[in-house]
Amino acid sequence: MRSAVIAGVYEFPERTTTRSVLEIQALSARAALADAGLAPKDVNGYFTVGTNPGVGPLATVDYLNLHPTYIDGTTIGGSSFVAHVNHAAAAIAEGRCRVALITYGSTARSSGIAVGTRERIAGEYVDQFEGLYGISTVGLYALVAQRHMHVFGTTSAQLAEIAVACRRHAGLNPVALYREPITVDDVVKSPMISSPLHLLDCCVITDGGGAVVVVHPDLARDLRTPPVRLLASAEAIAHTSAGHRDYLVSAAAETGPRAFAEAGVTHDDIDTAMIYDSFTITVLMTLEDLGFCKKGEGGRFVEGGRLQLGGALPINTDGGGLSSNHPGMRGIFLVIEAVKQLRGECGDRQVKDCRVALVHGTGGTLGTRHSGATLILGRA
Amino acid sequence: MAEYTKPLPEITPESRPFWQGCKRHQFLVQRCRACGARQHYPRGVCASCWSDDLEWLPSSGRATVYSFTVTHRTQARGFRDELPYVLAWVELEEGVQVLTNLVGCDPATLAIGMPVRVTFEDVNADVSIPRFTPA
Repeated sequence: MRSAVIAGVYEFPERTTTRSVLEIQALSARAALADAGLAPKDVNGYFTVGTNPGVGPLATVDYLNLHPTYIDGTTIGGSSFVAHVNHAAAAIAEGRCRVALITYGSTARSSGIAVGTRERIAGEYVDQFEGLYGISTVGLYALVAQRHMHVFGTTSAQLAEIAVACRRHAGLNPVALYREPITVDDVVKSPMISSPLHLLDCCVITDGGGAVVVVHPDLARDLRTPPVRLLASAEAIAHTSAGHRDYLVSAAAETGPRAFAEAGVTHDDIDTAMIYDSFTITVLMTLEDLGFCKKGEGGRFVEGGRLQLGGALPINTDGGGLSSNHPGMRGIFLVIEAVKQLRGECGDRQVKDCRVALVHGTGGTLGTRHSGATLILGRA
Repeated sequence: MAEYTKPLPEITPESRPFWQGCKRHQFLVQRCRACGARQHYPRGVCASCWSDDLEWLPSSGRATVYSFTVTHRTQARGFRDELPYVLAWVELEEGVQVLTNLVGCDPATLAIGMPVRVTFEDVNADVSIPRFTPA
Protein backbone atom coordinates (compact mmCIF):
# COMPACT_ATOMS: atom_id res chain seq x y z
CA MET A 1 0.00 0.00 0.00
CA ARG A 2 1.23 3.48 -0.89
CA SER A 3 1.51 6.15 1.77
CA ALA A 4 -0.81 8.52 -0.08
CA VAL A 5 -4.58 8.88 -0.26
CA ILE A 6 -6.99 10.48 -2.72
CA ALA A 7 -8.73 13.33 -0.94
CA GLY A 8 -10.68 15.16 -3.62
CA VAL A 9 -11.98 14.76 -7.17
CA TYR A 10 -14.01 16.76 -9.65
CA GLU A 11 -15.20 16.15 -13.19
CA PHE A 12 -16.00 19.20 -15.30
CA PRO A 13 -19.57 18.39 -16.39
CA GLU A 14 -19.92 20.20 -19.73
CA ARG A 15 -19.49 18.14 -22.91
CA THR A 16 -19.25 21.24 -25.09
CA THR A 17 -18.05 24.42 -23.48
CA THR A 18 -17.09 28.00 -24.22
CA ARG A 19 -14.53 27.81 -21.40
CA SER A 20 -10.84 27.63 -22.29
CA VAL A 21 -8.55 24.69 -21.57
CA LEU A 22 -7.06 26.72 -18.70
CA GLU A 23 -10.43 27.78 -17.28
CA ILE A 24 -11.63 24.16 -17.28
CA GLN A 25 -8.58 23.22 -15.23
CA ALA A 26 -8.92 26.15 -12.83
CA LEU A 27 -12.60 25.46 -12.15
CA SER A 28 -11.90 21.75 -11.75
CA ALA A 29 -8.95 22.38 -9.41
CA ARG A 30 -11.04 24.71 -7.25
CA ALA A 31 -13.85 22.17 -7.00
CA ALA A 32 -11.56 19.19 -6.30
CA LEU A 33 -9.80 21.09 -3.52
CA ALA A 34 -13.17 22.09 -2.06
CA ASP A 35 -14.20 18.44 -2.27
CA ALA A 36 -11.09 17.58 -0.25
CA GLY A 37 -11.65 20.37 2.23
CA LEU A 38 -8.37 22.01 1.23
CA ALA A 39 -7.45 25.41 -0.19
CA PRO A 40 -5.36 26.44 -3.21
CA LYS A 41 -2.58 27.63 -0.85
CA ASP A 42 -2.23 24.05 0.44
CA VAL A 43 -1.10 22.74 -2.98
CA ASN A 44 2.63 22.07 -3.21
CA GLY A 45 2.74 19.36 -5.87
CA TYR A 46 1.40 19.84 -9.40
CA PHE A 47 0.87 17.34 -12.21
CA THR A 48 -0.49 17.65 -15.75
CA VAL A 49 0.37 16.60 -19.30
CA GLY A 50 2.57 18.68 -21.57
CA THR A 51 0.72 18.14 -24.81
CA ASN A 52 -1.98 20.80 -24.92
CA PRO A 53 -0.35 23.48 -27.13
CA GLY A 54 1.40 25.88 -24.79
CA VAL A 55 -0.36 24.39 -21.82
CA GLY A 56 2.11 22.17 -20.05
CA PRO A 57 2.72 22.47 -16.31
CA LEU A 58 4.50 25.80 -16.77
CA ALA A 59 1.47 27.51 -18.29
CA THR A 60 -1.02 25.98 -15.86
CA VAL A 61 1.04 26.70 -12.75
CA ASP A 62 1.37 30.31 -13.93
CA TYR A 63 -2.37 30.63 -14.67
CA LEU A 64 -3.36 29.10 -11.33
CA ASN A 65 -0.75 31.18 -9.46
CA LEU A 66 0.60 28.07 -7.73
CA HIS A 67 4.02 27.67 -6.10
CA PRO A 68 4.64 23.92 -6.15
CA THR A 69 7.79 22.36 -4.74
CA TYR A 70 7.28 19.31 -6.98
CA ILE A 71 6.25 19.42 -10.66
CA ASP A 72 5.58 16.57 -13.10
CA GLY A 73 4.54 16.81 -16.75
CA THR A 74 4.58 13.12 -17.59
CA THR A 75 2.89 12.69 -20.96
CA ILE A 76 2.30 9.11 -22.01
CA GLY A 77 -1.08 9.43 -23.71
CA GLY A 78 -4.51 9.11 -22.17
CA SER A 79 -3.22 7.12 -19.22
CA SER A 80 -1.00 10.01 -18.10
CA PHE A 81 -3.25 11.11 -15.25
CA VAL A 82 -3.39 7.59 -13.86
CA ALA A 83 0.42 7.57 -13.86
CA HIS A 84 0.35 11.01 -12.22
CA VAL A 85 -1.39 9.44 -9.21
CA ASN A 86 1.45 6.93 -8.99
CA HIS A 87 4.03 9.71 -9.26
CA ALA A 88 2.23 11.91 -6.75
CA ALA A 89 2.19 9.05 -4.27
CA ALA A 90 5.92 8.52 -4.75
CA ALA A 91 6.64 12.22 -4.31
CA ILE A 92 4.50 12.36 -1.15
CA ALA A 93 6.22 9.27 0.26
CA GLU A 94 9.58 10.95 -0.42
CA GLY A 95 8.47 14.08 1.40
CA ARG A 96 8.70 16.18 -1.78
CA CYS A 97 5.14 17.43 -1.44
CA ARG A 98 2.08 16.84 0.76
CA VAL A 99 -0.85 18.05 -1.35
CA ALA A 100 -0.58 17.03 -5.02
CA LEU A 101 -2.97 18.52 -7.57
CA ILE A 102 -3.56 16.78 -10.93
CA THR A 103 -5.52 18.67 -13.59
CA TYR A 104 -6.70 18.14 -17.16
CA GLY A 105 -8.65 20.24 -19.63
CA SER A 106 -9.51 19.90 -23.31
CA THR A 107 -11.80 21.51 -25.85
CA ALA A 108 -11.44 18.77 -28.46
CA ARG A 109 -15.14 18.82 -29.40
CA SER A 110 -15.68 22.56 -29.71
CA SER A 111 -12.34 22.83 -31.55
CA GLY A 112 -13.53 20.26 -34.09
CA ILE A 113 -10.66 17.83 -33.49
CA ALA A 114 -11.30 14.40 -35.02
CA VAL A 115 -9.45 12.57 -32.27
CA GLY A 116 -9.84 9.09 -33.71
CA THR A 117 -9.60 9.58 -37.46
CA ARG A 118 -7.11 12.43 -37.80
CA GLU A 119 -3.66 11.72 -39.16
CA ARG A 120 -1.61 10.41 -36.26
CA ILE A 121 1.69 12.19 -36.87
CA ALA A 122 3.42 13.94 -34.01
CA GLY A 123 6.72 15.10 -35.51
CA GLU A 124 8.66 12.10 -34.25
CA TYR A 125 11.57 10.24 -35.88
CA VAL A 126 9.39 7.21 -36.44
CA ASP A 127 6.89 9.19 -38.55
CA GLN A 128 9.06 8.64 -41.64
CA PHE A 129 8.44 4.89 -41.36
CA GLU A 130 4.86 4.84 -40.05
CA GLY A 131 3.30 8.17 -40.96
CA LEU A 132 3.31 7.53 -44.71
CA TYR A 133 0.49 5.02 -44.68
CA GLY A 134 -2.65 6.83 -43.56
CA ILE A 135 -2.38 5.99 -39.89
CA SER A 136 -5.05 7.13 -37.48
CA THR A 137 -5.73 6.24 -33.87
CA VAL A 138 -8.71 4.06 -34.76
CA GLY A 139 -6.73 2.27 -37.49
CA LEU A 140 -3.92 1.40 -35.11
CA TYR A 141 -6.37 -0.14 -32.63
CA ALA A 142 -8.25 -1.89 -35.43
CA LEU A 143 -5.08 -3.79 -36.38
CA VAL A 144 -5.12 -5.39 -32.94
CA ALA A 145 -8.84 -6.12 -33.05
CA GLN A 146 -8.47 -7.83 -36.43
CA ARG A 147 -5.67 -10.06 -35.20
CA HIS A 148 -7.51 -10.86 -31.96
CA MET A 149 -10.46 -12.04 -34.04
CA HIS A 150 -8.19 -14.10 -36.30
CA VAL A 151 -6.25 -15.80 -33.52
CA PHE A 152 -8.98 -16.26 -30.91
CA GLY A 153 -12.23 -16.15 -32.88
CA THR A 154 -13.45 -13.03 -31.08
CA THR A 155 -16.53 -11.56 -32.78
CA SER A 156 -17.86 -8.06 -33.43
CA ALA A 157 -20.93 -8.98 -31.38
CA GLN A 158 -18.70 -9.74 -28.40
CA LEU A 159 -16.87 -6.43 -28.71
CA ALA A 160 -20.27 -4.75 -28.97
CA GLU A 161 -21.22 -6.05 -25.51
CA ILE A 162 -18.66 -3.61 -24.09
CA ALA A 163 -20.25 -0.63 -25.85
CA VAL A 164 -23.70 -1.76 -24.73
CA ALA A 165 -22.58 -1.96 -21.09
CA CYS A 166 -21.05 1.51 -21.17
CA ARG A 167 -24.13 2.97 -22.81
CA ARG A 168 -26.40 1.45 -20.19
CA HIS A 169 -24.28 3.06 -17.48
CA ALA A 170 -24.28 6.38 -19.34
CA GLY A 171 -28.07 6.27 -19.15
CA LEU A 172 -27.68 6.51 -15.37
CA ASN A 173 -25.24 9.43 -15.55
CA PRO A 174 -27.01 12.78 -16.03
CA VAL A 175 -23.98 14.43 -17.65
CA ALA A 176 -23.05 11.61 -20.07
CA LEU A 177 -22.97 12.66 -23.75
CA TYR A 178 -25.08 9.76 -25.10
CA ARG A 179 -27.69 8.22 -22.81
CA GLU A 180 -30.14 6.37 -25.09
CA PRO A 181 -29.73 2.59 -24.75
CA ILE A 182 -28.13 0.68 -27.63
CA THR A 183 -28.09 -3.00 -28.56
CA VAL A 184 -25.40 -5.31 -29.88
CA ASP A 185 -27.18 -5.08 -33.23
CA ASP A 186 -26.95 -1.27 -33.18
CA VAL A 187 -23.19 -1.50 -32.71
CA VAL A 188 -22.45 -4.09 -35.40
CA LYS A 189 -24.73 -2.30 -37.89
CA SER A 190 -23.21 1.13 -37.25
CA PRO A 191 -20.90 2.39 -40.02
CA MET A 192 -17.53 0.68 -40.36
CA ILE A 193 -14.75 3.15 -39.55
CA SER A 194 -11.65 0.96 -39.76
CA SER A 195 -12.41 -2.75 -39.95
CA PRO A 196 -13.36 -4.47 -37.72
CA LEU A 197 -14.18 -1.40 -35.60
CA HIS A 198 -17.56 0.25 -36.19
CA LEU A 199 -18.60 3.75 -35.22
CA LEU A 200 -20.10 2.53 -31.94
CA ASP A 201 -16.90 0.61 -31.10
CA CYS A 202 -15.23 4.03 -30.88
CA CYS A 203 -15.23 6.55 -28.06
CA VAL A 204 -17.05 9.86 -28.34
CA ILE A 205 -15.36 13.23 -28.77
CA THR A 206 -16.15 15.85 -26.13
CA ASP A 207 -14.73 18.81 -24.31
CA GLY A 208 -13.98 18.22 -20.69
CA GLY A 209 -11.52 18.03 -17.86
CA GLY A 210 -11.16 17.39 -14.20
CA ALA A 211 -8.93 17.40 -11.18
CA VAL A 212 -7.71 14.95 -8.54
CA VAL A 213 -6.08 15.78 -5.18
CA VAL A 214 -3.63 13.24 -3.72
CA VAL A 215 -2.37 13.93 -0.19
CA HIS A 216 -0.27 12.55 2.65
CA PRO A 217 -2.30 10.26 4.93
CA ASP A 218 -1.38 12.48 7.89
CA LEU A 219 -3.77 15.09 6.48
CA ALA A 220 -6.74 12.72 6.73
CA ARG A 221 -8.27 14.34 9.79
CA ASP A 222 -8.25 17.76 8.11
CA LEU A 223 -10.21 16.53 5.11
CA ARG A 224 -13.90 16.96 4.36
CA THR A 225 -14.49 13.24 3.80
CA PRO A 226 -12.49 10.11 4.62
CA PRO A 227 -10.01 9.71 1.74
CA VAL A 228 -9.76 6.78 -0.65
CA ARG A 229 -6.73 4.57 -0.09
CA LEU A 230 -4.18 3.86 -2.82
CA LEU A 231 -3.52 0.13 -2.47
CA ALA A 232 -1.25 -0.24 -5.50
CA SER A 233 0.00 1.53 -8.59
CA ALA A 234 2.01 0.35 -11.58
CA GLU A 235 2.96 1.58 -15.03
CA ALA A 236 4.62 0.21 -18.16
CA ILE A 237 5.11 0.88 -21.86
CA ALA A 238 4.66 -1.69 -24.61
CA HIS A 239 6.11 -0.74 -27.99
CA THR A 240 7.17 -1.97 -31.41
CA SER A 241 10.11 -3.91 -29.93
CA ALA A 242 12.30 -3.19 -32.96
CA GLY A 243 9.95 -5.19 -35.18
CA HIS A 244 9.47 -8.23 -32.93
CA ARG A 245 6.24 -7.63 -31.06
CA ASP A 246 3.24 -9.72 -30.06
CA TYR A 247 0.54 -7.08 -30.44
CA LEU A 248 -1.98 -9.25 -28.61
CA VAL A 249 -0.20 -8.57 -25.32
CA SER A 250 -0.62 -5.07 -23.92
CA ALA A 251 1.16 -3.14 -21.18
CA ALA A 252 -1.58 -4.28 -18.79
CA ALA A 253 0.06 -7.71 -18.77
CA GLU A 254 2.99 -6.06 -16.96
CA THR A 255 1.12 -3.66 -14.70
CA GLY A 256 -1.68 -6.04 -13.67
CA PRO A 257 0.41 -8.65 -11.86
CA ARG A 258 2.51 -5.96 -10.18
CA ALA A 259 -0.55 -4.06 -8.99
CA PHE A 260 -2.39 -7.13 -7.68
CA ALA A 261 0.73 -8.30 -5.84
CA GLU A 262 1.28 -4.91 -4.25
CA ALA A 263 -2.34 -4.51 -3.19
CA GLY A 264 -2.57 -8.06 -1.87
CA VAL A 265 -6.02 -8.51 -3.40
CA THR A 266 -7.37 -10.97 -5.95
CA HIS A 267 -9.51 -10.42 -9.03
CA ASP A 268 -12.55 -11.55 -7.08
CA ASP A 269 -11.99 -8.67 -4.66
CA ILE A 270 -12.47 -6.04 -7.39
CA ASP A 271 -15.99 -4.61 -7.07
CA THR A 272 -15.74 -2.33 -10.12
CA ALA A 273 -13.14 -1.58 -12.77
CA MET A 274 -12.64 1.62 -14.72
CA ILE A 275 -10.96 0.44 -17.91
CA TYR A 276 -9.82 2.93 -20.54
CA ASP A 277 -12.28 2.48 -23.41
CA SER A 278 -10.90 4.40 -26.36
CA PHE A 279 -12.32 1.49 -28.36
CA THR A 280 -14.11 -1.70 -27.40
CA ILE A 281 -11.00 -3.75 -28.21
CA THR A 282 -9.02 -1.72 -25.65
CA VAL A 283 -11.30 -2.99 -22.87
CA LEU A 284 -11.26 -6.59 -24.07
CA MET A 285 -7.46 -6.69 -24.29
CA THR A 286 -7.07 -4.97 -20.92
CA LEU A 287 -9.40 -7.37 -19.11
CA GLU A 288 -7.44 -10.32 -20.50
CA ASP A 289 -4.04 -8.85 -19.77
CA LEU A 290 -4.98 -7.81 -16.22
CA GLY A 291 -5.90 -11.45 -15.70
CA PHE A 292 -9.68 -11.20 -15.24
CA CYS A 293 -9.83 -14.03 -17.80
CA LYS A 294 -7.32 -16.03 -19.81
CA LYS A 295 -5.76 -14.51 -22.94
CA GLY A 296 -8.10 -15.15 -25.83
CA GLU A 297 -11.18 -15.70 -23.67
CA GLY A 298 -12.12 -12.04 -23.42
CA GLY A 299 -14.87 -12.39 -26.01
CA ARG A 300 -16.77 -14.91 -23.94
CA PHE A 301 -15.92 -13.10 -20.71
CA VAL A 302 -17.68 -9.88 -21.72
CA GLU A 303 -20.89 -11.62 -22.79
CA GLY A 304 -24.02 -12.01 -20.70
CA GLY A 305 -23.98 -8.62 -19.01
CA ARG A 306 -20.97 -9.41 -16.84
CA LEU A 307 -19.65 -5.86 -17.30
CA GLN A 308 -22.96 -4.16 -16.49
CA LEU A 309 -24.19 -2.95 -13.11
CA GLY A 310 -25.53 -6.04 -11.37
CA GLY A 311 -23.02 -8.22 -13.23
CA ALA A 312 -19.88 -9.74 -11.72
CA LEU A 313 -17.56 -6.94 -12.88
CA PRO A 314 -19.30 -3.64 -13.66
CA ILE A 315 -16.96 -1.39 -15.65
CA ASN A 316 -16.98 2.30 -16.53
CA THR A 317 -20.04 3.12 -14.47
CA ASP A 318 -20.04 6.73 -15.72
CA GLY A 319 -20.54 5.49 -19.30
CA GLY A 320 -16.84 5.59 -20.13
CA GLY A 321 -15.26 7.12 -23.18
CA LEU A 322 -17.62 5.12 -25.33
CA SER A 323 -20.69 7.06 -24.12
CA SER A 324 -19.93 9.69 -21.47
CA ASN A 325 -16.89 11.75 -22.42
CA HIS A 326 -13.57 11.57 -24.21
CA PRO A 327 -11.74 14.86 -24.66
CA GLY A 328 -8.64 13.06 -26.00
CA MET A 329 -6.98 11.78 -22.81
CA ARG A 330 -9.52 10.41 -20.37
CA GLY A 331 -7.38 8.72 -17.71
CA ILE A 332 -8.35 11.28 -15.09
CA PHE A 333 -12.02 10.31 -15.38
CA LEU A 334 -11.19 6.69 -14.56
CA VAL A 335 -9.71 7.86 -11.26
CA ILE A 336 -12.57 10.27 -10.53
CA GLU A 337 -15.32 7.69 -11.12
CA ALA A 338 -13.51 5.01 -9.08
CA VAL A 339 -13.16 7.43 -6.15
CA LYS A 340 -16.85 8.37 -6.35
CA GLN A 341 -17.83 4.71 -6.34
CA LEU A 342 -15.66 3.98 -3.30
CA ARG A 343 -17.23 6.94 -1.50
CA GLY A 344 -20.73 5.71 -2.38
CA GLU A 345 -21.61 8.92 -4.23
CA CYS A 346 -22.77 7.48 -7.55
CA GLY A 347 -26.54 7.53 -7.00
CA ASP A 348 -28.43 5.45 -9.59
CA ARG A 349 -25.20 3.94 -10.90
CA GLN A 350 -23.70 3.07 -7.51
CA VAL A 351 -22.08 -0.36 -7.22
CA LYS A 352 -23.45 -1.97 -4.07
CA ASP A 353 -20.99 -2.13 -1.16
CA CYS A 354 -18.08 -0.99 -3.32
CA ARG A 355 -14.89 -1.63 -1.35
CA VAL A 356 -12.12 -2.14 -3.92
CA ALA A 357 -11.88 -0.57 -7.38
CA LEU A 358 -9.36 -1.03 -10.17
CA VAL A 359 -8.35 1.68 -12.63
CA HIS A 360 -6.44 0.99 -15.83
CA GLY A 361 -5.42 3.65 -18.31
CA THR A 362 -4.13 2.95 -21.83
CA GLY A 363 -2.39 5.78 -23.68
CA GLY A 364 -1.06 5.87 -27.23
CA THR A 365 -2.16 3.07 -29.54
CA LEU A 366 -2.29 -0.68 -29.04
CA GLY A 367 -1.12 -1.14 -32.62
CA THR A 368 2.26 0.61 -32.22
CA ARG A 369 3.27 1.87 -28.77
CA HIS A 370 1.23 2.57 -25.70
CA SER A 371 1.47 3.07 -21.97
CA GLY A 372 -0.48 1.23 -19.34
CA ALA A 373 -1.09 2.51 -15.82
CA THR A 374 -2.97 0.56 -13.15
CA LEU A 375 -4.25 1.67 -9.76
CA ILE A 376 -6.04 -0.39 -7.14
CA LEU A 377 -8.03 1.78 -4.75
CA GLY A 378 -9.71 0.92 -1.46
CA ARG A 379 -12.60 2.43 0.46
CA ALA A 380 -11.64 4.52 3.48
CA MET B 1 3.39 12.20 -62.52
CA ALA B 2 0.34 13.31 -60.51
CA GLU B 3 1.17 15.37 -57.46
CA TYR B 4 1.81 13.12 -54.46
CA THR B 5 -0.44 14.40 -51.66
CA LYS B 6 0.34 11.86 -48.94
CA PRO B 7 3.02 12.51 -46.31
CA LEU B 8 6.65 12.16 -47.39
CA PRO B 9 9.46 10.91 -45.17
CA GLU B 10 11.72 13.47 -43.55
CA ILE B 11 14.98 11.74 -44.37
CA THR B 12 17.89 12.24 -41.99
CA PRO B 13 21.49 10.94 -42.06
CA GLU B 14 20.38 8.23 -39.65
CA SER B 15 17.75 6.90 -42.06
CA ARG B 16 19.25 7.83 -45.42
CA PRO B 17 20.63 4.35 -46.27
CA PHE B 18 17.15 2.88 -45.86
CA TRP B 19 15.64 5.42 -48.23
CA GLN B 20 18.52 5.03 -50.70
CA GLY B 21 17.70 1.31 -50.69
CA CYS B 22 14.05 2.07 -51.42
CA LYS B 23 15.15 4.25 -54.32
CA ARG B 24 16.90 1.13 -55.73
CA HIS B 25 13.72 -0.83 -54.94
CA GLN B 26 15.41 -2.76 -52.17
CA PHE B 27 13.89 -3.03 -48.70
CA LEU B 28 16.87 -2.95 -46.32
CA VAL B 29 16.83 -4.47 -42.86
CA GLN B 30 19.39 -3.51 -40.23
CA ARG B 31 21.51 -6.21 -38.59
CA CYS B 32 23.73 -5.64 -35.58
CA ARG B 33 27.33 -6.71 -36.14
CA ALA B 34 27.82 -7.01 -32.37
CA CYS B 35 24.88 -9.24 -31.41
CA GLY B 36 23.30 -10.29 -34.70
CA ALA B 37 19.84 -8.87 -33.94
CA ARG B 38 17.76 -7.62 -36.86
CA GLN B 39 15.51 -4.61 -36.55
CA HIS B 40 12.96 -2.37 -38.19
CA TYR B 41 12.36 0.58 -38.08
CA PRO B 42 16.02 1.42 -38.71
CA ARG B 43 17.83 3.52 -36.12
CA GLY B 44 21.30 4.59 -35.06
CA VAL B 45 21.76 1.88 -32.46
CA CYS B 46 20.85 -1.77 -32.10
CA ALA B 47 17.66 -1.99 -30.06
CA SER B 48 18.91 -5.20 -28.44
CA CYS B 49 22.42 -4.23 -27.28
CA TRP B 50 22.70 -0.49 -28.14
CA SER B 51 25.78 -1.11 -30.29
CA ASP B 52 26.05 1.40 -33.13
CA ASP B 53 27.86 -1.12 -35.35
CA LEU B 54 25.01 -1.90 -37.74
CA GLU B 55 24.86 -3.19 -41.29
CA TRP B 56 22.12 -2.92 -43.90
CA LEU B 57 20.99 -6.15 -45.55
CA PRO B 58 18.68 -6.35 -48.56
CA SER B 59 15.59 -8.29 -47.59
CA SER B 60 13.84 -10.69 -49.93
CA GLY B 61 10.84 -8.37 -49.87
CA ARG B 62 8.66 -11.39 -49.14
CA ALA B 63 6.38 -11.14 -46.14
CA THR B 64 3.15 -12.39 -44.62
CA VAL B 65 0.26 -10.30 -43.37
CA TYR B 66 0.38 -9.99 -39.54
CA SER B 67 -2.77 -7.90 -39.35
CA PHE B 68 -4.67 -5.39 -41.47
CA THR B 69 -7.53 -2.92 -41.32
CA VAL B 70 -9.67 -1.60 -44.15
CA THR B 71 -10.01 2.11 -43.45
CA HIS B 72 -13.34 3.64 -44.41
CA ARG B 73 -13.03 6.97 -42.64
CA THR B 74 -9.92 9.08 -42.13
CA GLN B 75 -8.62 12.64 -42.11
CA ALA B 76 -5.14 11.50 -43.19
CA ARG B 77 -3.64 13.61 -45.97
CA GLY B 78 -3.91 12.03 -49.41
CA PHE B 79 -5.76 9.03 -48.05
CA ARG B 80 -9.15 10.64 -47.38
CA ASP B 81 -9.63 10.85 -51.15
CA GLU B 82 -8.78 7.16 -51.71
CA LEU B 83 -11.16 5.39 -49.36
CA PRO B 84 -11.18 2.58 -48.58
CA TYR B 85 -7.48 1.73 -48.22
CA VAL B 86 -5.65 -0.92 -46.27
CA LEU B 87 -3.24 -0.32 -43.38
CA ALA B 88 -1.30 -3.41 -42.30
CA TRP B 89 1.49 -4.88 -40.26
CA VAL B 90 3.41 -7.39 -42.35
CA GLU B 91 6.21 -9.68 -41.19
CA LEU B 92 9.22 -9.93 -43.49
CA GLU B 93 10.89 -13.30 -44.05
CA GLU B 94 13.83 -11.78 -42.19
CA GLY B 95 11.65 -11.75 -39.08
CA VAL B 96 10.83 -8.06 -38.58
CA GLN B 97 7.42 -6.41 -38.69
CA VAL B 98 6.76 -3.49 -41.04
CA LEU B 99 3.83 -1.06 -40.88
CA THR B 100 2.62 -0.44 -44.41
CA ASN B 101 -0.25 -0.36 -46.86
CA LEU B 102 -1.51 -3.35 -48.81
CA VAL B 103 -2.15 -2.28 -52.41
CA GLY B 104 -3.22 -3.86 -55.68
CA CYS B 105 -5.74 -6.08 -53.99
CA ASP B 106 -9.46 -6.37 -53.27
CA PRO B 107 -9.85 -5.65 -49.54
CA ALA B 108 -12.49 -8.38 -49.37
CA THR B 109 -9.90 -11.04 -50.27
CA LEU B 110 -7.36 -10.11 -47.59
CA ALA B 111 -6.48 -12.49 -44.79
CA ILE B 112 -3.97 -12.61 -41.97
CA GLY B 113 -1.15 -14.97 -42.94
CA MET B 114 -1.43 -14.38 -46.69
CA PRO B 115 1.86 -13.97 -48.57
CA VAL B 116 2.74 -10.52 -49.88
CA ARG B 117 5.75 -8.91 -51.53
CA VAL B 118 7.17 -5.42 -51.44
CA THR B 119 6.44 -2.94 -54.22
CA PHE B 120 7.75 0.60 -54.53
CA GLU B 121 6.03 3.79 -55.64
CA ASP B 122 8.50 6.30 -57.09
CA VAL B 123 6.97 9.53 -55.85
CA ASN B 124 9.80 11.96 -56.69
CA ALA B 125 13.49 12.02 -57.55
CA ASP B 126 14.55 11.15 -54.00
CA VAL B 127 11.78 9.07 -52.56
CA SER B 128 10.28 5.68 -53.32
CA ILE B 129 7.66 4.49 -50.85
CA PRO B 130 7.58 0.77 -50.00
CA ARG B 131 4.19 -0.92 -49.84
CA PHE B 132 3.13 -4.55 -50.09
CA THR B 133 0.95 -6.41 -52.56
CA PRO B 134 -0.29 -10.02 -52.77
CA ALA B 135 2.59 -12.29 -53.82
